[in-house]
Amino acid sequence: MPTRLAKKKEEALMGVDVEKILRPVDSPMPPFPPKFVTLASGDPMVIRQIDRPEVPEILPHVHRLMAVERDYYDVVAARAMGELLAYYYHRVQDEYVLVAQINGELAAVVNGRLLNRDVGMSYHTISLRRGMRVGAHAFAAKMEYHIDIMKQKEVLIVAESPIGFRRWMIEYKLEKRFHIPHELGGPPSWSLTKEIFDRARGTLVVGRRPVPDKLLAKAKAAILPPSDPPKPPVDLLAATRARYDSTATAVMAQGWALERRNK
Amino acid sequence: MREVYCVGIGITSFTRLEYPLAEIAAYPGMMALKDSGLSKVDHVYVANMGGGKVNHQTGLASAVVDQLSLAPAGAETIENGPASGASAVKQGFMAVASGMCDTVMVIGAERMREVNDLESTEFVATLTHPHAEYIYGVTLPSLAGMFARLYMDKYGATPRHLGMVAVKNHDHAMDNFFAHLHERITLEGIIDSPEASTNNPIVADPLRFYDCCPVSDGAACVILASGDAAKKTGKPRVRLAGVGQATDTLAVHDRKDPTDLLAARGAAANAFKMAGLKPSQVDVAELHDAFTILEIAESEEVGFFKKGEGHLALEKGETRLGGSLPINPSGGLKAKGHPVGATGVGQAHEIVLQLRGEAEKRQVKGAKVGFTCNFGGFGNNVVCLAFKKEG
Repeated sequence: MPTRLAKKKEEALMGVDVEKILRPVDSPMPPFPPKFVTLASGDPMVIRQIDRPEVPEILPHVHRLMAVERDYYDVVAARAMGELLAYYYHRVQDEYVLVAQINGELAAVVNGRLLNRDVGMSYHTISLRRGMRVGAHAFAAKMEYHIDIMKQKEVLIVAESPIGFRRWMIEYKLEKRFHIPHELGGPPSWSLTKEIFDRARGTLVVGRRPVPDKLLAKAKAAILPPSDPPKPPVDLLAATRARYDSTATAVMAQGWALERRNK
Repeated sequence: MREVYCVGIGITSFTRLEYPLAEIAAYPGMMALKDSGLSKVDHVYVANMGGGKVNHQTGLASAVVDQLSLAPAGAETIENGPASGASAVKQGFMAVASGMCDTVMVIGAERMREVNDLESTEFVATLTHPHAEYIYGVTLPSLAGMFARLYMDKYGATPRHLGMVAVKNHDHAMDNFFAHLHERITLEGIIDSPEASTNNPIVADPLRFYDCCPVSDGAACVILASGDAAKKTGKPRVRLAGVGQATDTLAVHDRKDPTDLLAARGAAANAFKMAGLKPSQVDVAELHDAFTILEIAESEEVGFFKKGEGHLALEKGETRLGGSLPINPSGGLKAKGHPVGATGVGQAHEIVLQLRGEAEKRQVKGAKVGFTCNFGGFGNNVVCLAFKKEG
């Protein structure tokens, strides 16, 4: 997996600086002022914007989720990997990336882009720490960036997982914009307008600024690996087997029982 | 009446299980057979509440016996709402105590995550009064919310006390390998911080998200045996010493004082009487904390604390692991999980584990007497069990 901008040989052989042609020109975007949220665990979670140099730090953690065939982590991670790489290589226009960190550990990644001056295009929300509304807080910060910081009128959204649908479409009561295909595969879009956002202030959209210096410094010092990331589904009775049945006796017992029955 | 012993136990993780209901039910049965050293039993009782409605499977006990190849053992499915589990234990107790059977397998199993949260809440609500409650949209969280409000007004408990139950039981569940929620929470995160109302939104005032148990799949098993049969297994002698059951009005509004859980009070009194024990002798208890307020109220009704003082004992840390009477060391329904039909058997599993001294990090030191309260309906059908370690 690439972790730094590669200089390809063929690029050097081009007669013109093709990079200038390939690279879209980003619109000026105000920075997202960092915020923090106290989670149910009591831990403060810092949400801040990262720029391209920090993208390689989060790529391996997102990449691992491509193997998690649960709650559509695989497809979300695969698409987000593409978006993060495109952002890193300047192959997408007007994209931004926010990260959420708990004690420095990567807890969530959210991203999106500007469709035009008034309309935002929400890309993905990936929670690397399940539970405690980590993803929901990060999504709210993303909407805050579009509506409050960039002063956009609406953000187009789709969900790829049932939990996403519940969190965005149902909790925010998003409006339908079904005539607009969303950039994530072309499904009908939903819209979070400023009015909807205002309604969610203080309930779904929370957090405080400024982030205490020490807390922010810790977050910026390093993006640490998530200590309890989503894992591929396992045999969920394995806990029982591992604890009581290290010799697989129970499984064998089932075989013996079948033999008895067949006699 | 013969004495009845718990000679084998087994449990699955209480979580989301992607297995057919009968397989979920059978697995702890296999574990318990292995634990007891038995290869057959005389009878199998399977507690289950939603098989017919949620999983489109009735007659679960027949499927489980077949799955375990225990035929020709007798088999029955027991449905008694959320108290199905302890009701099945009671049936097993009666079968052994009466001399009808020497060994009985009691399984509780549920697969609720087959449907979404709304459907499972609706399904559980079918146990309310059909004409006086259900048709008006009453659900168990709504009843618990009204109960909590009344209780708080009368006895001075606060939302903070409810939060303390949640924090305690989430802490306990951290040491339970099989618990549904391994998520430490704090009062700061769910009550005090400016973000607390978002982290912990109102579900049914005054109950918030973390005051309610999760919807879980799971199963548990306890094998009961007569004294002679138990001796042969060589397992630690944990006696099911007392079984008590009592009922109350189906509709909560028919009760003289809805904050009095008379069925819990009666069931506990019956269990203690049969066991020849007093509440003060209990070393460890599993109470039915489907909602945090219920742990507080039940801790009073079963006789551990004076009426209206359960929240004060909680505040002093008496009900925490390390306290004078640890309640729900497994994490309780709140954090261990609540696969409704399995819950009562899961509670019994935890107490047997505790009395055997096999509960590892959550072991209550020197536990000799254990107690469970399995709360059916909204307190209209309650089954309590008292366990005693012998030898």
